[in-house]
Amino acid sequence: MDAFLTSRIISDILGGLTNGVIYGLVALSLVLVWRSTGILNFAQGAMPMIATYLGMVVFAHRLGYWPLVAISIVAGFGVGGVTERVLVRHLYGKPEINPIVVMVGFLIVLEGVAAAIWSTTPRGIPNPFSPIDWQLGGKPIALSPFSVYEIVTALVVMSGVAVLFRFTKLGLQLRASALAPEVSRLLGVRVSRMLTLGWILSTGVGTICTVLVASNFFTGLTPQVMDGIFAFGFIAAAVGGLDSPVGAIVAGVSMGIVLQFVGDFVNSNAIIITALIILIVSLMVRPNGLFTKSTARRV
Amino acid sequence: MIVVEELSVSYGAVQALREVSFRAETGVITAVLGANGAGKTTLLRTISGLKEPAKGTITLDEHSLARQKPENIARLGVGHVPEGRGVISEFTVEENLRLGAMMAKVNLSDGLEEQYQRFPVLGERRKQHAAKLSGGERQMLAMARALIAQPSVLLLDEPSLGLAPQVTAQLMHTIRDLCASKGLTVILVEQNASTALRIADHAVILYLGRVVANDAASIIVADEDLRQHYLGKVE
Repeated sequence: MDAFLTSRIISDILGGLTNGVIYGLVALSLVLVWRSTGILNFAQGAMPMIATYLGMVVFAHRLGYWPLVAISIVAGFGVGGVTERVLVRHLYGKPEINPIVVMVGFLIVLEGVAAAIWSTTPRGIPNPFSPIDWQLGGKPIALSPFSVYEIVTALVVMSGVAVLFRFTKLGLQLRASALAPEVSRLLGVRVSRMLTLGWILSTGVGTICTVLVASNFFTGLTPQVMDGIFAFGFIAAAVGGLDSPVGAIVAGVSMGIVLQFVGDFVNSNAIIITALIILIVSLMVRPNGLFTKSTARRV
Repeated sequence: MIVVEELSVSYGAVQALREVSFRAETGVITAVLGANGAGKTTLLRTISGLKEPAKGTITLDEHSLARQKPENIARLGVGHVPEGRGVISEFTVEENLRLGAMMAKVNLSDGLEEQYQRFPVLGERRKQHAAKLSGGERQMLAMARALIAQPSVLLLDEPSLGLAPQVTAQLMHTIRDLCASKGLTVILVEQNASTALRIADHAVILYLGRVVANDAASIIVADEDLRQHYLGKVE
């Protein structure tokens, strides 16, 4: 294999990894909501977008990057909690089509409101990480300080969620509330609070993801900033299994790498088609997702 | 002590319980018996807050339980082992117990150790998923999960359902021991009247949502008319 091809492959893997962790984070946030409330949140990209705008405008811009990140995440928690209490709570136990329609409508409303208030002009978020790729043997590789920041942040968030669910009392209650709400209540678990917490957590994760995407020098923050990424994250969640956080992350990262290779070696126009083919094939082979053990579905 | 007074519960137009009154004394096993559809499970679900009564009161010592949320009733010390056991299959044995211990005032490892001593098979299988347990083991896990919270009242809904006679006998022995050693108030719902009356101190018979007998278990066992009308064959 010549040096050019090797460098191209390494670049594709690194570039795919950077995109993949973002898809994985979006997928993870979708899974968190699905597992706790059985709702497919089509506004999962738009809610964190609002939180990030709030982070930008609520004086954080003047304080620097890290206060902006912190305020955006807190705003994300708030948006998630309020949405669950005010809107989503009325959808539990309703026919499956109701939450889908409501959440699609909510997405449109949020994007419209954001465009009306903040316009559709991209707003850059200055950050301390250079977007310029490092070089290997005199040639640039698809890895920059900013992409390392993205990968490390995503890994920290994913690990944090895993530790929360696996090793803490709160995580145990969140899982129990999703799996067996009635039994959990009989054991003293405040299931209603756990459902709200699931949305808070999910929107928090989504906001971290949105801040990362909007911090990219080449992207900036717009009302539609998460639309395309949400689509790939959604496919990753469906492929990995809507019940499986591990599946979401693995499918997200794998999809990022595969699509990077397709974009490089085939054509960038083939990326979306490939993603849809991956979705269709995986739904035909494993309708419940590659990492979901159970075939039962909670309704 | 649990006191149920004039309790009525409906599912839409269907009245499941009609002015049910009885007392479950502290440290005593009260069996609630009756045929299918008598309202036994509804009674337990109403005591633990899963079903709201149309009228009537339920009190645990000085606390009113009627119309309270199930999680608040659990925090008052009422443990409910539902019909079908209700263990979380996706959780390991230990995770099920950790969930039960959430409200316990004792140290978690002490609580786990106590349950593993009481039900040694759970200790051996602590890392296994509950889905892999046998029916009897799942019942033990459901009991252990309720007991680890150190309840003062234990509501047991058909604990013998689907179990082999030997396992049922062992389970009933454990319930009897718990009542004697911990002073637990036990309300035991059973379709199998013989099994329940063997360990119960007191019994309430429900028929179409009404109390038709409320007396010492020994008196009910001795009343042949009552047994024949409402309980079938009692050995």
